Amino acid sequence: MKHIQVVNKGRLCETANKGCGECQTSCQSACKTSCTVGNQHCKQAQAK
Amino acid sequence: MKNTHSQIHKFYLNGRYIVLDVASESLMQVDQMTYDILDDYHLKSDEETLEKWQKTYPKDEVEEVIAELHELEEQGMLYAPDDYDPMVYQNYDLIKSMCLNVAHDCNLRCKYCFASQGDFNGKRDVMPYEVGKKALDFLVAQSKNRHNLEVDFFGGEPMINFDVVKRLVAYGRSLEGPKNKKFKFTMTTNGMLLNDENMKWIDENMGNVVLSLDGRKAVNDRMRPTISGKGSYDIIFNHIKKMCDIREASGKEYYVRGTYTKYNLDFGRDVEDMARQGFKSLSVEPVVTDPSKPYAILEEDVNAIKKEYDRLALAYLNQEEEGLDYLFYHFMVDLNGGPCVYKRLSGCGAGRDYVAVTPKGNIYPCHQFVGQPEFIMGNVDEGITKPEIKDQFMEAGLLNKPSCRDCWCRYFCGGGCHANAWNFNHTVMKPYEVSCEIERHRVENALMIKIVQDERTAED
Repeated sequence: MKHIQVVNKGRLCETANKGCGECQTSCQSACKTSCTVGNQHCKQAQAK
Repeated sequence: MKNTHSQIHKFYLNGRYIVLDVASESLMQVDQMTYDILDDYHLKSDEETLEKWQKTYPKDEVEEVIAELHELEEQGMLYAPDDYDPMVYQNYDLIKSMCLNVAHDCNLRCKYCFASQGDFNGKRDVMPYEVGKKALDFLVAQSKNRHNLEVDFFGGEPMINFDVVKRLVAYGRSLEGPKNKKFKFTMTTNGMLLNDENMKWIDENMGNVVLSLDGRKAVNDRMRPTISGKGSYDIIFNHIKKMCDIREASGKEYYVRGTYTKYNLDFGRDVEDMARQGFKSLSVEPVVTDPSKPYAILEEDVNAIKKEYDRLALAYLNQEEEGLDYLFYHFMVDLNGGPCVYKRLSGCGAGRDYVAVTPKGNIYPCHQFVGQPEFIMGNVDEGITKPEIKDQFMEAGLLNKPSCRDCWCRYFCGGGCHANAWNFNHTVMKPYEVSCEIERHRVENALMIKIVQDERTAED
């Protein structure tokens, strides 16, 4: 494409209804206060 | 008219025109013409868009942009439909994570401590082993078929009750095989009681270690005094440094975690100071507190905070030039291996799949609510006795909150901190807008950083 550079093709739609719940609770990560979910990792993606 | 429930967010930062597709999380960098045309592309017909923008840009180029935008849309990367089921997480009604407050006592008197300087508005207390054991049994039972469980030793200062911590870890491990579970234990400590012996044990037994330090000595000491009122920095620094060095050597997870307040709106300097001290894994966050406190972050502070994130983001990108090598937790974003929609919609999990347990065995939605009797959900002997409290948090999913539903940042923050919402709005259904503004801005910076880092990787 000439005008648009795709940095990341999002996969969020593909994950709908596929949650396994095995990932870390976000508040238990490094923060313990403010909630930041988007920087957590998916256990299934990590296993691949 | 196209599907208006779909949404993009576009912003200009560090000389870049950036576009995020909210529902798919696709990220694009565009030229200025595309950036401008996106104002109309979704709301007007192609003919109307062309008619308007050919007055500013060459007609053939406007046509090219419109064609490229259509191509992205067809590929599901632009204006992807946001039709997720708001309550999809209801199918996962279990508890998987626990904050175990093994000590409602502390050897520091941090002024912003939500634990009311260690005693959680009550009598100073430590958790007996039997209570902790019942808490782990409760967690295992409530986790149903989930394999991975998390337990954070917290307080107060959990190292005050270190012997019980050690016994509980041994007990937890003994449950893993028979119950088909895997515990990840975390120690959150102020560092005061760390020594060679207990650091060795912590390194061997903890999946994560969170060490509290606010950055520069003066900043740390203003808010984190000892019981006698003196600054804690000189006592804790070497302990924390040594613990981090041990974790670096063993390749295990740790965070040095600070809190910033109205008193240090230049908190990026604290991040950089800790990076210069050799800490490589950093998390520094805004204080969560009652708005009447003099150090509370209020609307009037937001612009200064945004500017500081902008400054820190540029410095973060150039850290190599400064001889630094660190990760800042809130500039990290995982666009390829990030969490699924279920996780985004369910948010922090407080009161639903995450609970806190006090030394007396009372169960709260999370550590931030401890000490507020109206939030006691049950206890480790009887289990959840007030399911209506759990229901309240179950309902507080991302897409059920009116102010989150249309916010572009919703899938990054998951709806924000319930405790913060409660502190400021007295409901978990409405997040604290100042926190939201801060979160949105740091996510913009995180996305910009992601673009720059990807470019550098490609150049290499």
